Amino acid sequence: MSSSPGNSSAGYASADAVTNTDYPTQWRRPPTLVKDTKLRYALIIGAIVYLILAIGTVEVNWARVVEGLDRGWRFIKGFLQPDFTTRWSDIKTGMIESLTMALTSTVAGVLISIPIGIGAARNLVPPFVYRICRAIIAVSRSLQEIIIAILFVAMFGFGPFAGFLTLSFATIGFLSKLLAEDIEVVDKSQLEAIKATGASWWQLVNYAVQPQVTPRLIGLSLYRLDINFRESAVIGIVGAGGIGATLNTAIDRYEFDSAGAILLLIIFIVMLAEYSSGYARKWVQ
Amino acid sequence: MSTDNTSATPKEWQHRTSKQRLIIWVCWLALVALTVYCWQVMTESTIWAFVADAPRQAADLGARMMPPKWSYINVLWVPLWHTLNIATLGTLIGVALAVPVAFLAARNTTPSRAIVRPIALFIIVSSRSINSLIWALLLVSIIGPGILAGIVAIGLRSIGFVAKLLYEAIEETDITQIEAITATGASRAQVVNYGILPQILPALYGISVFRWDINIRESTILGLVGAGGIGLQLQASLNVLAWPQVTLIFIVILATVVVSEWVSAKVRHAII
Repeated sequence: MSSSPGNSSAGYASADAVTNTDYPTQWRRPPTLVKDTKLRYALIIGAIVYLILAIGTVEVNWARVVEGLDRGWRFIKGFLQPDFTTRWSDIKTGMIESLTMALTSTVAGVLISIPIGIGAARNLVPPFVYRICRAIIAVSRSLQEIIIAILFVAMFGFGPFAGFLTLSFATIGFLSKLLAEDIEVVDKSQLEAIKATGASWWQLVNYAVQPQVTPRLIGLSLYRLDINFRESAVIGIVGAGGIGATLNTAIDRYEFDSAGAILLLIIFIVMLAEYSSGYARKWVQ
Repeated sequence: MSTDNTSATPKEWQHRTSKQRLIIWVCWLALVALTVYCWQVMTESTIWAFVADAPRQAADLGARMMPPKWSYINVLWVPLWHTLNIATLGTLIGVALAVPVAFLAARNTTPSRAIVRPIALFIIVSSRSINSLIWALLLVSIIGPGILAGIVAIGLRSIGFVAKLLYEAIEETDITQIEAITATGASRAQVVNYGILPQILPALYGISVFRWDINIRESTILGLVGAGGIGLQLQASLNVLAWPQVTLIFIVILATVVVSEWVSAKVRHAII
């Protein structure tokens, strides 16, 4: 420790005298990430060059920022003194849309992702089924919610139905992947025990796999419900219903007190969901 | 074992008692009822004619989108570079702000459990529950459209994610090492520097790279609300219904996401 340099350097000095090599007199923390000195310096220089280039591209209109500070202050005030009453009917409609969208899309997504998740587990199905299901998961996961929402709004018209489809689609990728990974690591001995009784494939899934993955599946579904609610606040920006549309309007009109109220409601519901899902998961296990 | 007891046992083996089964059954019924009710509320204002029309619309849209306008790629290089910068600089800001928040939120390092910890946890929850697109929406209206709004939005959004994972890592640190450092008479700052930091550094690097990957994904669409990057071109193309350009932008976004995921997987593999 550097708080007692005298003692430690004295200790090292006597060791030096014995071995006659030039050990460093002070301890230095060994490099944690890149062991090779040259590579480390190259990486550091590269990072600095990149940072300079990157910061150079950031054009800041300081006059605009200063002008906006007033608005930022108003937003913070709106956050501290939210206005629930003026736009309450809009907020209520948006919230109901968001909540119903989140629940129905989670239920639909879970129902669809269970067969896909089983199909994407290497230890249960033949390779070609595995590949098809993994492809479905990859497609669903690589497209962002908002992009899917743009396409679905163009196809199904504005409103929560497009949002429902978007969130269900996103749920499938998320849940099937995690479910498949969970199924792939189930306890093999239980699988073998059920197989040894002469069980069919369905019985194997029902008695060996299902009891092992159900608690986690319920936990994941609750987590996804939480995510779907949060996402429903976003996809409204492109016209897919929910609280996002209300929020977008409020911000566009510079009604920061209404926006603050909506954001506080979202935070409150997310916190509620987080606590209750933790409680529910404990109860299930 | 008395004979009464054995006669009461059912013939067939059952996993749960009848009371447990009843509770589970009621829960499922409640879920189904709630879902049906929500479905009805949600679809009240749905115009089913539009939904029925969807396959035709999809075919129409597909026909409009299909040959991607490859020549448009030359317009996209600069926005792509901006997108990368938004994600990287945003991640740096996010991580820099998240580290102190994480130390304030972790049970074993927080200065006060009664006051500071709840505040830190509230910062984490608010940052996590508001999507970066909403942060961007707010920041664009506050500091004006442009890359800066995107960077700050990504940074604010990253705080919660990084701080949450990091404070969990801090709480899981090995207590014996910390005690050993404390026993040398180290100050609080030295305990953090020599006892805790080496234990959480790999986690911090891993989390940062992971978040960078997510941020690339999110920064591609921030432009939809005016916060710079390739999303601006997407918004512009959507507004003029230039679907071949939209297709190309989707392809570029998809490629970027795949590449960033690959890079992040490689780097995390190398670190951990």
